[in-house]
Amino acid sequence: MSWLPEDVSTFGGEIDRLFYIIYYITGAAFILVTVLMVLFLVLYRHREGRRATYTHGNTALEITWTVIPAIVFVSLSFMSVSTWGKIKAHAPPADVQVQVTAKQFNWEIVYPGPDGKFGTEDDLQVDNDLHVPVNKVVHVILKARDVIHSFFLPNLRLKQDAVPGRDILVWFEAVKPGKYELPCAELCGFGHSGMRGWLYVHSPEEYAKWVQETWPQK
Amino acid sequence: MSDSVTAQAHAVPAHHEELGFWRTYVFSTDHKMIGRQFLFLGLFMLIIGGLLAMMMRWQLAWPETEIPLMSWVPEPYMYGGILPPPTYNAFFTMHATIMIFFVVMPIMVGCFGNFLIPLMIGTRDMAFPRLNMLSFWVGLMSGLVMLSSFFVPGGPAASGWTAYAPLSAQAAFTGVNWGQHLWIISLILLGISSLMGSINYITTIVNMRAPGMTYFRMPLVIWSLFITAILLLLALPVLTAALAMLLFDRMFGTSFFLPAGGGEPLLWQHLFWFFGHPEVYVLVLPAMGVTSDILSTFSRKPIFGYHAMAFSMIAIAFLSWVVWGHHMFISGMNPLLGTAFMMSTMVIAIPSAIKTFNWLGTLWGGSIRFTSPMLFALGFVSNFLIGGLSGIFMASTPVDIFIHDTYYIVAHFHYVVAGIIFALFAAIYYWFPKMFGRTMNEALGKTHFVLTYTFFNLTFFPMHILGVGGHMRRIYNPTQYDFLQPLQGINVFITMSALLLGLSQLPFIVNFIGSLITGKKAERNPWQANTLEWTAPSPPPHGNYDAIPVVYRGPYEYSSPEVKEDWLPQNRQLGTEATAARAH
Repeated sequence: MSWLPEDVSTFGGEIDRLFYIIYYITGAAFILVTVLMVLFLVLYRHREGRRATYTHGNTALEITWTVIPAIVFVSLSFMSVSTWGKIKAHAPPADVQVQVTAKQFNWEIVYPGPDGKFGTEDDLQVDNDLHVPVNKVVHVILKARDVIHSFFLPNLRLKQDAVPGRDILVWFEAVKPGKYELPCAELCGFGHSGMRGWLYVHSPEEYAKWVQETWPQK
Repeated sequence: MSDSVTAQAHAVPAHHEELGFWRTYVFSTDHKMIGRQFLFLGLFMLIIGGLLAMMMRWQLAWPETEIPLMSWVPEPYMYGGILPPPTYNAFFTMHATIMIFFVVMPIMVGCFGNFLIPLMIGTRDMAFPRLNMLSFWVGLMSGLVMLSSFFVPGGPAASGWTAYAPLSAQAAFTGVNWGQHLWIISLILLGISSLMGSINYITTIVNMRAPGMTYFRMPLVIWSLFITAILLLLALPVLTAALAMLLFDRMFGTSFFLPAGGGEPLLWQHLFWFFGHPEVYVLVLPAMGVTSDILSTFSRKPIFGYHAMAFSMIAIAFLSWVVWGHHMFISGMNPLLGTAFMMSTMVIAIPSAIKTFNWLGTLWGGSIRFTSPMLFALGFVSNFLIGGLSGIFMASTPVDIFIHDTYYIVAHFHYVVAGIIFALFAAIYYWFPKMFGRTMNEALGKTHFVLTYTFFNLTFFPMHILGVGGHMRRIYNPTQYDFLQPLQGINVFITMSALLLGLSQLPFIVNFIGSLITGKKAERNPWQANTLEWTAPSPPPHGNYDAIPVVYRGPYEYSSPEVKEDWLPQNRQLGTEATAARAH
């Protein structure tokens, strides 16, 4: 069974895979050290007449247990780099753009309207409901009005702080229609708990219908 | 140069004139009394920090229900014993602040640093005894200022112990005005106190070691305190500067961290974590040192790889300056920097792995005595193992995207930082006889260990599962979220374990206070240990030693073939008897 929430993003699988690789490596290290420790505690418990082994160390052994973790850690770094680059540095071109401005204690969501430009009269602004089409690349321009908030979509393995004074671009592509929670993950004041919105991932037909019903017409 | 200072220190007469009550117990310049003062300060604050945690746990398991015995707290801080969100935020801010700055630092660094450094390097007192006294009194003042913030209008600081700007930089954002001011002022005072302490520790260790006490004959606990002092000396001023800027933003209308006036919120995070990550090692290095000494003593075996242990601490000290960015992977910092910080973080994990394996090597082939200090030291190793391994998850930048700011992080840093409490208890059980001249009760000590170890793990381990489920940290009421509903049972389980963890401290309180009053008189060397403090009377008088000891060997010569007994004190000169033993 999986403790991770259901993943519906294109890059979430890679994050989860890294998670499990680290999980198995650290799990093995944990079992190895714990078993040895318990074994030593039982085998080498104090008994009358037996004297402890007088040794100050073993250079070969110490080099081994320095080099092996070093190799593991460095490999993990290299495995992480490509996924990190894919998510952070190489956003695919946008199919849909929205602006999300975080404020105490709501997500202010702005759609560009039929003209596709922000800051024009046909923009549509709603609180807390983010509607996107399935299988489309969504660019979110993240802003903050007052303090730092964090845009967290657990089901899309996406988290990014929204920082006042900055426009931060994040992207995702949802692969399954549905309604997913959008909590704030950074302490933002007394109303932090309960600051949340919803991500609605629509099928193409539903999305077209939603656009037609809610966006201002030309 | 160092020889002449050492010689001067030796010239100080061992017997001082009788000092009055005030100069002995209150305004004392004796490093041992100052150590005890820091211990009592830390233990008192531990009770407060622990109670705050239990009230928060109550809220998380049974949101917005009445906390038992708390209905006396006036509105708006609580409503008939029910915790409102602003108070909840204030509680987790103060819980972390108190535990880090007023429990672990005063006890591990203030108490044991003061008590052990002169005794273990073989000198009569610190280099600057008055500065030492001032360090305690400024530290106490800092604690009082921090506690006073509970009683000002608006309550104490509520922006988290990390005080991220702009939340912390304007009163309007949290509704806390004087509470946050006092938080800043208190930590600036604490920075001054630590600065005085660390200058003293460094000077003392560099200049006042007993004849024959070379650097590589120093016990690892002294190495750890030496490196900790260097980190404190360099890290705390950065925090102090950042705090001053924050105070200016709040009180005098500057905009260091406020974008509206041209400031930069991320500047706070960079400054804070540039201090904050070395700070983590300030907290954990002394715990590692204590653990190394205790494992060696009760395995009756030299520490495995002494030099590797010392050098890995030195490596940690250097690397701790270049890993701060791993707290900021999702802060909006340039992703390339994220990659660089991931690499440095993976590298700093290597010395920690070395230490763990060397502890295992120390147990291997030993003749292990399961005393209370040994059990707690083993508990530290076991918890540090989990905390170290869970850290690898968040070092990986893509995994951190998901687990950042969740209970996974809370689980991780409690295994590391709250795990230090095991080393802290180990140190108290181990050095209590030397500190107070009386012995603690072993049966109560072991009971305390079994209960604490069990409920510690039952409290903090399930937090990993919450975190992997996406459970955010610092939320007041998890039942407000649909996706967290299935995890609420775990929250209830954690709370019950946490309450039992609190109750598990009763045997310690009984043992500590009882032993102070009626404990069996302690001999000089109850554990048959090698280091110099055990050659002094229990408790050592002002001036510590009858005659300054001369050091002939390293601190861990247990089960040496040179002598019949399984210990060989650092200051014992081997004469004809040893030659005779070797002839056999």
